[in-house]
Amino acid sequence: MIDLSKLTIQSAREALKKGEFTSRELTQASLDAIKEKDGGIHAFLDVFKGALAQADEADKKIAEGIDLPLLGIPLALKDNILVEGEKASAGSKILRDFVAPYSATATQKLRDAGAVILGHTNCDEFAMGSSTENSAYGPTKNPRDLSRVPGGSSGGSAAAVSAGMALGALGSDTGGSIRQPAAFTGVVGFKPTYGRVSRSGLIAMASSLDQIGPFTKSVSDAETIYEVLKGTDEMDSTTIAEDTYESDKSFKKVIGIPRSFVLGEGIDSEIKTNLEASIQKFKDLGYEVRDVELPHLKFALAVYYILMPAEVSSNLARFDGVRYGLHVGGANGIEDYFKTRGTGFGREVRRRIILGTYVLSSGYYDAYYGSALSAKRLITEELREAFKDVDFILTPTTPTPAFKFGEKTADPLSMYLADIFTVPANISGCPSLSIPSGFVDDLPLGICLTSDLGREDVLFKAGKEFLGEL
Amino acid sequence: MDSAEVLKLAKLARIEISAEEAESLSHEFDAILNYVSEVKAVATSPNPLLAKERAKGEVNIMREDANPHESGIYTERLLNQAPQRDGSYIKVKKIL
Repeated sequence: MIDLSKLTIQSAREALKKGEFTSRELTQASLDAIKEKDGGIHAFLDVFKGALAQADEADKKIAEGIDLPLLGIPLALKDNILVEGEKASAGSKILRDFVAPYSATATQKLRDAGAVILGHTNCDEFAMGSSTENSAYGPTKNPRDLSRVPGGSSGGSAAAVSAGMALGALGSDTGGSIRQPAAFTGVVGFKPTYGRVSRSGLIAMASSLDQIGPFTKSVSDAETIYEVLKGTDEMDSTTIAEDTYESDKSFKKVIGIPRSFVLGEGIDSEIKTNLEASIQKFKDLGYEVRDVELPHLKFALAVYYILMPAEVSSNLARFDGVRYGLHVGGANGIEDYFKTRGTGFGREVRRRIILGTYVLSSGYYDAYYGSALSAKRLITEELREAFKDVDFILTPTTPTPAFKFGEKTADPLSMYLADIFTVPANISGCPSLSIPSGFVDDLPLGICLTSDLGREDVLFKAGKEFLGEL
Repeated sequence: MDSAEVLKLAKLARIEISAEEAESLSHEFDAILNYVSEVKAVATSPNPLLAKERAKGEVNIMREDANPHESGIYTERLLNQAPQRDGSYIKVKKIL
């Protein structure tokens, strides 16, 4: 019997190479774990029938002595990442019966690296939310405490890894949707530099912010998946090359703490205590810790709640009930749109589309969207200036530990504040890593490391040191 | 923002919503817009960082409009996803 909760991708790869177990046995163990545990957690929306066949293919390659970074490793994908021939709903009723006509580049790269794709995981509808409570298919529960949310929007992927149902998973991160659920469920979550991973085949939310990234149990595993995923793609013109951002690749072992930002209102005292303990741990590892003044960082969330709905209103205009997805008929053509979209989209999605329509409307465009774009540049430049002196910025990942179901659903603004520490990395495009940093009352906490554009290497180095992986 | 304005925006966005939802959205929007309005002051205050040019990474990427795939190879796969079809056409209600 293989105990998935003890395995990392790295240790499973070694065991597969040594013949301690086969990919079929490992994949079967994943499927058994899903059968046993997922009734109470609801991390998966769909388990693919072809998983064991993929595992057999991998076993054949292993027998031939082929070595690929993810050969034989069972992984899960967020429901907004396409797999040809499989359903992908993005957690929405409007795509309930949508079958992907092609695979995402990220999916294809995982398959080319030998991974076994187990299935699709639950998420907030169109990745809009911080708790998975906005999924049209019911919420995912936090495996660490079933009365609490797993975070979101990639809550199903986080729960699948945390509960030992998959060795790794992909999510998408627009404002914190990988890192926040990673912190809430006690796993590693990583958002690469904007443009480093192709979004071809990712159902778009806010295209200037979306990035695909991994959930894993270790920083080494996150790096392994990132190395597989990264690279330019002619199907996504926003992808960038390794050398797009010039760098001397220095590593000074200096950390910046934006104290006035971190110590703001609405931040739990346990979170602050945990951050101090994490700072001390870094100091013990030989890091120098400096306070940095980033006066505009606190505006990142406001910038986000202008740019994101604006892009949402544009991106989701494609769901018209004509070409694919749900169709609800009305008296005439235009009523078809109104009924399809009114019925097919859930409440949070309707809220964001309509808000986006407002901030882009004539008379308000400059005041909201135009100002937000300027503020975005300011935040980015401020952070990049700071990275001349420090390797990375350290904050908590979340202002509170995992909250209870229903705790924030009545007040959208309080839900939005769950992303306060993760959003600056999306606004600036910087890579950002959440790693487990302890517990409060058995609930996991995370710290968030953010480095300069193109400097994923810094995060992997520091993250591995912190978790004792070196 | 009042509920009439929300209904107008919903119409622009082609989404049917109820009067009750418009009413409750109008209050939520007031709270959200009040929160996000703080960026207006940030953007208008002069800041030397904003004068810096750092265009790299933010350029339009264009490619030649060439090398199309073989005509028709994806037609069936894509049409299969259409809610209503008529042969090789997607079916919609008459417009005029």
